[in-house]
Amino acid sequence: MSAATVPASAGRGPAGWWAWARGVEGRRLVAWILSLLVLAVMTGPSGNNGSPTTGFTGSLLHPRVLVFVALGVAGWALSALRRSQGERLRRLNRSILALPQRAVADRRNRLLVYLVVLGVAIAYPLTLSGFWQQVLVDQIGIFVLLAMGLNVVVGYAGLLDLGYIAFYAIGAYSGAYWTGSLPVHPPFHLNPFWVIPLAIAAAMLAGLVLGAPTLRLRGDYLAIVTLGFGEIIQIAATNLQSVTGGAEGVSGIPHFSVHVGGLHYAWKLSNLPYYYLLLAFVVIALIAFHFLADSRVGRAFTAIREDEVAAEAVGINLLKYKVMAFAIGASTSGVAGLLSASKISFVSSEYFTVQLSILVLVLVIFGGMGSLPGAVAGAAFLQWVPQILRQHPLFGYQPQDLYIYLGALLVVMMIFRPEGMLPSRRRRRELALAERGIGTADAMSGSSDPAVGP
Amino acid sequence: MTAAALATTAEGADPIVSVEGLTLRFGGVVSLAGVSLDHQRGEILAVIGPNGAGKTSLFNCLTGVYQPQAGHIRFRPAGRPPVELVGRRPNRVNRLGVARTFQTSRLFNALSAYENVRIGVESRQRTGPLGAMLRLPRTLGEERASRVRSEELLEFVGLTGRADEVASVLPYGDQRKLEIARALGTGPELLLLDEPAAGTNAGEKAALEALIRRVNQEMGVSVLLIEHDMRLVMSVADRVTVLNFGRVIASGTPAEVQHDEAVIEAYLGRTEPDPAGGDSGTAGPGNAGSGPGGAEDGPVGPGVGS
Repeated sequence: MSAATVPASAGRGPAGWWAWARGVEGRRLVAWILSLLVLAVMTGPSGNNGSPTTGFTGSLLHPRVLVFVALGVAGWALSALRRSQGERLRRLNRSILALPQRAVADRRNRLLVYLVVLGVAIAYPLTLSGFWQQVLVDQIGIFVLLAMGLNVVVGYAGLLDLGYIAFYAIGAYSGAYWTGSLPVHPPFHLNPFWVIPLAIAAAMLAGLVLGAPTLRLRGDYLAIVTLGFGEIIQIAATNLQSVTGGAEGVSGIPHFSVHVGGLHYAWKLSNLPYYYLLLAFVVIALIAFHFLADSRVGRAFTAIREDEVAAEAVGINLLKYKVMAFAIGASTSGVAGLLSASKISFVSSEYFTVQLSILVLVLVIFGGMGSLPGAVAGAAFLQWVPQILRQHPLFGYQPQDLYIYLGALLVVMMIFRPEGMLPSRRRRRELALAERGIGTADAMSGSSDPAVGP
Repeated sequence: MTAAALATTAEGADPIVSVEGLTLRFGGVVSLAGVSLDHQRGEILAVIGPNGAGKTSLFNCLTGVYQPQAGHIRFRPAGRPPVELVGRRPNRVNRLGVARTFQTSRLFNALSAYENVRIGVESRQRTGPLGAMLRLPRTLGEERASRVRSEELLEFVGLTGRADEVASVLPYGDQRKLEIARALGTGPELLLLDEPAAGTNAGEKAALEALIRRVNQEMGVSVLLIEHDMRLVMSVADRVTVLNFGRVIASGTPAEVQHDEAVIEAYLGRTEPDPAGGDSGTAGPGNAGSGPGGAEDGPVGPGVGS
């Protein structure tokens, strides 16, 4: 095996080399180099009307192509090594990846780790530049909250929701409406703080209205219906210009402010105060969802995800719990929408695209479905990477290429670590069982086959 | 068992569930053709019959998985008015007090044995999402109660030592016990066991037999049992109902059923090998030896009730 993977074995004539190149390993090497060449073209300069071939000549007939070829060879060598030393490497990989889990294995350590993380989360942003503080709020904080909410729906209950951002839109528009920023005026104007329960209620109501009829469907159909729902909300928001302000959007949504007794404080456009407000929401949601996962309700979610027939047979009302998970996710999304609308003081229907729903789903899957630390870490990491790449463009990274890389990253992740960055214990077990052919790890398609036997 | 049998004769009929004229069709295939049976409170009733006779269909109708085209299923919980089970969802049927196990066990495979039982226990509790997220006092009380009850049930079925093991890695016999514990967690008055001994070895079978008897006697749960293992049926059941082609062809004590001509013809087979006996693949139990074997052994003889 190892002889076949190393082309430099002594005593091989040209014919031997040719045979090797036509063999499995040779073809793999060629595939690696070709893929990297495609990447070179992708990341290289783009052509224009004057010189349409610049895209190719500028990237392939340029010294930088050597970097990509070298990367291709390196990638092949690594994969060959992985194949020949597979078991040993896998064991090493597993023990490295298990480190964080072992570190937080016992209760006292875990609490300590949480406190340290919280301390860093409070202190670290103070040292950051204005740009990164803004990223921390607009890109990371909001999306951490979104990912945590979707994690309840997808990770805990196993329901694939592709229209998740619709609830975010509903939260944002609730904020705009109750503060009197929309073309239609509310009966009375409210401080954004008082809108929080209303935004939660509106998003939850939307979740109930959408969920009650559609959650009877099996996983695949649910995904399609939610996808449609997301589209409906966005298109409605665009076209009901007299109500929502349409694609041009409405501005002037007031910032959060408190007026208690003699204390007056307003969250202005500045980032840090909003960051701490978001942090408070994230911590509250973390604690609440942590308790939820280890409760009667959370276990019922797991039961439904594992085996709907068995769950129903032990008295769990499938529809009720699915709607519940849906509503919890929706209300989290609604809060995130309200916070973001008030922070940037602007809402436009253009923002609430399907792509954004998919992005949040990717964050959850990347972090590890059903795992709270996973959702937080996955969202923070994946939202941070594009920004750091924007600051330090690697290999000519262009922001519009983001989704290409994100897709590639997700594919690689699904091959090598399908359970995500920081998987939950249950999810890891499910995947291990699925490999042995017991049960379905495909949490999202559900397991509602009515095959209870003849 | 004796107590149950005596109670039946003393007070007359006190069925916990009465099935009347149950008919279930899948397109042109008739799975149940007017099945009627009474299950007396406190007894262990076995339903036997060749493969495809409609036993599991009967279970699925009883638990709300299938909706029969005709017929009634009246469930009479103790101290409460009788209810019709036809037309109710499986979770409602379970809440009313009818729990079940499955022919091939359907545990929550990635969860531990303890968690499996706990999900069953918790299905009777009331904590909602708010209580769960805020850890309200009632939630904490319920959590404590369900923890204690789950441990009790694991001990009852003898799986205390394996509480933290993942359900799917348990030996087959333990999986069956775990499924019974999970079903018991939902606090049933009637427990439906769909071939609990299928695929178990002789030792596991004996343990299951003892467990079924303890569920019946110590917990006071009526048991409706589908089983192919005739030795188990004959020793554990108070009464036996035989199905064939979706009809009840015989009903009575194990001894009566064993000597019923129609049953021998359709299912049990004759003592001497008789190829005409098996109609539709009477695998396993259809072999001739098992019937009389069941009659001979008997610390709990089938003739006690009559």
